[in-house]
Amino acid sequence: MRKFYTLLAREVRGYFHSPIGYIVVVFFLLVTGVNYYFQISFMNQRPASYSVQEAFFNNVFFWLPFILIFPLITMRLFAEEFKLGTIEPLMTAPVRDLQVVLAKFVGALVFYIALWLPTLLYFAIFQKITQQPAANSAGAYCGSYLMVLLLGMFYLSVGCLASVLTKNQIVAAIISFCAITLLFFLGLIQYILLDVSGGMRDWLGYVSAIEHMATYSRGIIDTRPVVLYLSMTALMLALTYQAFQSRKWRL
Amino acid sequence: MIKVENLTKRYAGQTAIRDLNFEVGQGEIMGFLGPNGAGKTTTMRILAGFMPATSGRASIAGFDVFEQSLQARSRLGYMSENVPLYNDMRVTEYLDYRAALKGVPHRRVAERVGDVKELCGLREVERKLIGALSKGYRQRVGLADALVNEPELLILDEPTIGLDPNQIRQVRELIKNLGRQHTILLSTHILPEVEMTCSRVIIIHKGRIEACDTPDNLLGQIRQAGGVVVEAKTGKDDGAEELKKISGVREVTTDQDDDWKIFSLRVESGLDVREEIFRLAAARKWTLRELSQRRATLEDVFVEITHSDQTEMPT
Repeated sequence: MRKFYTLLAREVRGYFHSPIGYIVVVFFLLVTGVNYYFQISFMNQRPASYSVQEAFFNNVFFWLPFILIFPLITMRLFAEEFKLGTIEPLMTAPVRDLQVVLAKFVGALVFYIALWLPTLLYFAIFQKITQQPAANSAGAYCGSYLMVLLLGMFYLSVGCLASVLTKNQIVAAIISFCAITLLFFLGLIQYILLDVSGGMRDWLGYVSAIEHMATYSRGIIDTRPVVLYLSMTALMLALTYQAFQSRKWRL
Repeated sequence: MIKVENLTKRYAGQTAIRDLNFEVGQGEIMGFLGPNGAGKTTTMRILAGFMPATSGRASIAGFDVFEQSLQARSRLGYMSENVPLYNDMRVTEYLDYRAALKGVPHRRVAERVGDVKELCGLREVERKLIGALSKGYRQRVGLADALVNEPELLILDEPTIGLDPNQIRQVRELIKNLGRQHTILLSTHILPEVEMTCSRVIIIHKGRIEACDTPDNLLGQIRQAGGVVVEAKTGKDDGAEELKKISGVREVTTDQDDDWKIFSLRVESGLDVREEIFRLAAARKWTLRELSQRRATLEDVFVEITHSDQTEMPT
């Protein structure tokens, strides 16, 4: 367990030692901050039937940066080690492959969570200034942040898999960007193609990140997406583990 | 300490090493020589558990490097050829990280890291970023890393490559001292280094072991075991003719330097013919300017084994 923490600590520190970490933080907080501002000023102009928090998590200014950050967070995980050759000292130390894979995933997840924490301030500031709660319940907060966490785990694990497949960080970023975008657009098909059958539409609804977020940000915690994202994360990590082990036979 | 049996590694379409068999005993410093591409790095990587062999077995301290990889790796300090390091870490930070990763007990980490920094001369750069270090210092960080968990076995892949002569001397001294407590497998291209530090030598060529013995025995084995250089004015005599008659002299080649003739004699190993040459010169009234014995070096052994082999072996 100590080795896992040692690896994890290095991964997390790695984000704050590299410019990419800070670029991602600045980019993300800037765009989400602007998004929050837009939502409030928009709601100021006319009465709305939803809360600030619901609006914040359900619009294009939320989804666009959301999809973009995953390739940036995960591209370096394995690809950088392969490129620099540091995989050699790493794997000749007495550590298990599984420890390395999990440490890298959890490291990315810790950074991702750290990225989201400041957004809680948005709501605190809103409450402080307006002297009133943002017309929503604790359940809605929990729901939206839980969905952020679930989606984050899944997309980060996709990024892990992309990074383990190549020693080129750019290629890793492109693979994960394409994969995550495709997964995301699966949920959009039902709005675009009007002639999909009812069964197909239901199925697309089940895997639609947009629908999941819409439900969760209203405070309705449906267990189906929890199962979906946790099992998909496990699958992606299992594939990452297999791909990581296969490096020995490809050398 | 190391036991290698019929170790073979094939990459797509080519065989890097075939049927290697050797053993390295406790406390030995084993030199691992061979031309570039002979399979040294491949062998060392297999031993370090970085890649599996195609067939054959290798074990470290009785632990199979593939089946019981974790146990084998925890008894090992490995320094790879180009010393890849995390450029964004500081020297002490990196060594602390490596010590923890290799399972050095928590309360001993500071002590061990301090010791290896002292040993490898890293005190003055301990707070620097690794990315800002010179090649020589990076090499020392790699060595410090290999030593930090007090491994029973050190595998060093070209530890002196890219160092200046002073640094090479320092590293050589360091390795010699380490050899008192550790078993070392060391690959290098610098042959005098091997002669000075290693108790035994393996010469590997085209993936096969061509020789495995002590440096002294290897020197004794080679055909061109040494020679004598004579520089003389021989007057009317040819010189070479007379020298050839001395028993033990196999071959004489002649060079001219103004009036002086330079004879290079190939002599049977173990013989010293200088006294007879002196008598001959005195008798024939030659003027001698130089009469010296050239000791065969490992370089001769290396060249003979790897060169003659190139012409004999079909490709």
